[in-house]
Amino acid sequence: MSAQQHSGAHGTVASRPREQWSGQLGFILSAIGSAVGLGNIWRFPGVAYENGGGAFLIPYLIALVTAGIPILFLDYAIGHRFRGSAPTAFRRLGGKAGKWLESLGWFQVWICIVIAVYYAAVVAWAASYFTFSFDLRWGDDPAGFFITEFLQRSDPGFSAQFVPAVLIPLVLVWVAVLAVLGSGIAKGVQRANVIFLPLLVVAFLILVVRALFLDGAMTGLDALFTPDFSALSDPGVWIAAYSQIFFSLSIAFGIMITYSSYRSRKANVTAPALVVAFANSSFEIIAGIGVFATLGFFAFQQGVGVDELEGLTGVGLSFITFPAIVSQMPGGPLFGALFFGSLVMAGFTSLLSVLQVVSSAFQDKFGITARQASLRVGLVLAIVSVLLFSTTTGLITLDTVDQWANNVGIVGAAIAATILVIWVFRKGPELAGHLNAVSTFKVGRIWQLLVGILAPAVLLYMLIQRIIVLVTEGYEGYPLWYLAIAGWGTIAVILIGAITMTALRWKHDPDDFTPWPSAQALKELKK
Amino acid sequence: MSGIAITFFIIAAVLVWGGLIASIVFLARKPQLDVYPEGSELVSDDD
Repeated sequence: MSAQQHSGAHGTVASRPREQWSGQLGFILSAIGSAVGLGNIWRFPGVAYENGGGAFLIPYLIALVTAGIPILFLDYAIGHRFRGSAPTAFRRLGGKAGKWLESLGWFQVWICIVIAVYYAAVVAWAASYFTFSFDLRWGDDPAGFFITEFLQRSDPGFSAQFVPAVLIPLVLVWVAVLAVLGSGIAKGVQRANVIFLPLLVVAFLILVVRALFLDGAMTGLDALFTPDFSALSDPGVWIAAYSQIFFSLSIAFGIMITYSSYRSRKANVTAPALVVAFANSSFEIIAGIGVFATLGFFAFQQGVGVDELEGLTGVGLSFITFPAIVSQMPGGPLFGALFFGSLVMAGFTSLLSVLQVVSSAFQDKFGITARQASLRVGLVLAIVSVLLFSTTTGLITLDTVDQWANNVGIVGAAIAATILVIWVFRKGPELAGHLNAVSTFKVGRIWQLLVGILAPAVLLYMLIQRIIVLVTEGYEGYPLWYLAIAGWGTIAVILIGAITMTALRWKHDPDDFTPWPSAQALKELKK
Repeated sequence: MSGIAITFFIIAAVLVWGGLIASIVFLARKPQLDVYPEGSELVSDDD
């Protein structure tokens, strides 16, 4: 069968066959590379500590099994059955009456566009700090160095004053990531993950082993793992667990749909998903050990308890607390290089996956190649990224856009996807049948209930709660006019972008597609 | 580390790292199905 005939009968958007991972291992490493990102290193340890310590593991594992893995299966099922980028897959899922569902895919793509432009900046900061580690450039005042000297932070607004120390590494990050994207799935994205993921694991394990032999390390681990069972009665702790699992697994914003669409039609879907999900959580536990052993050393050096330390999560942990620790540590430069090198690798592979969502969507819609998508779309994003995030207002813009894109954008997209797919289009049985028809790990009615009821209910609670806080209390004390533009404006851009892209004409007919196994074959299998 | 902290570390290690090992073993033992639904002959392995 020729490529042309094949695209008509079995579905690729363009006239050429869809790209593919070279095999199961390449896909699994790339999916883990996407899931393991900055949040695994700088978010999980602090969130676990602040939400019950060892007791947090109970809601965390329940969230993994009841929401994380089920939504991961959903993403994989949609991408694998409908074989396309997020807009293509949702359009095909919707069928003749539901072509408008393409807009949900574009909503996810625009979330990725927004995330990519600021995520690249954080990878650039980490790359700079990797080099700073060797001479401990931050000196005795890491906070002052990061805020004033390195980022040259000014008041909230939109500055045109560029910071060369951020601009140059940011441009280099974009050159590197677009070069990888332009090389395609197997030769670009997969190859980068096959190199960087093992390197990341080895580098971080060396860091953890070193941290465990520091004075005070066991005190840090004691703080992390000692359970506070009273936390389990706090709904906020359960929401924190579901949030951590949700944001950590790269689910519900197109990445896993896109990645699974590049798998062969007969590929096992659910069993590799379990490997990806548990590998992601395994890395989070390792990160928790490394970070809290190091924080234990810091508390020991300061003569205080771990509970008296500040800056235990996010940007503060990575770019202020850790540099301060590195300065006091024997062999600090090497430790710093391992930490920031790990951040760069974790961030780079995740950034690749976010941008692959965008690239894949533009390739499908306009019939362009990976190289063309990288050069045309990627270049525009790189320019926007540099204009917004290498200036003196970059940090505050990043902080604000991140808050809205994640907590409103991604959560909203996830609610829409679960409700539309399961309840409006009633595709639960078909997707479960598809997973079972090609996979060795079977799913049943419980999976549909988790995806259709529990997940949207928890996510809806998270969304409403966050919107109430953002509307009534604002964010970080930033001016309301600024939050209206950088925060709510981000959601408006995502919505307008999704509607606009849906309205544009396709280069090749995406509806000339027949899913395999057929709906009839799935019904017979069920009998 | 206190006894309860060690206990919870072990629980985390067994459940999460154990889950990873179990899922890898499960996948390695049965990487793909023996039989596929009808129409599979029209779908080549590389598409």
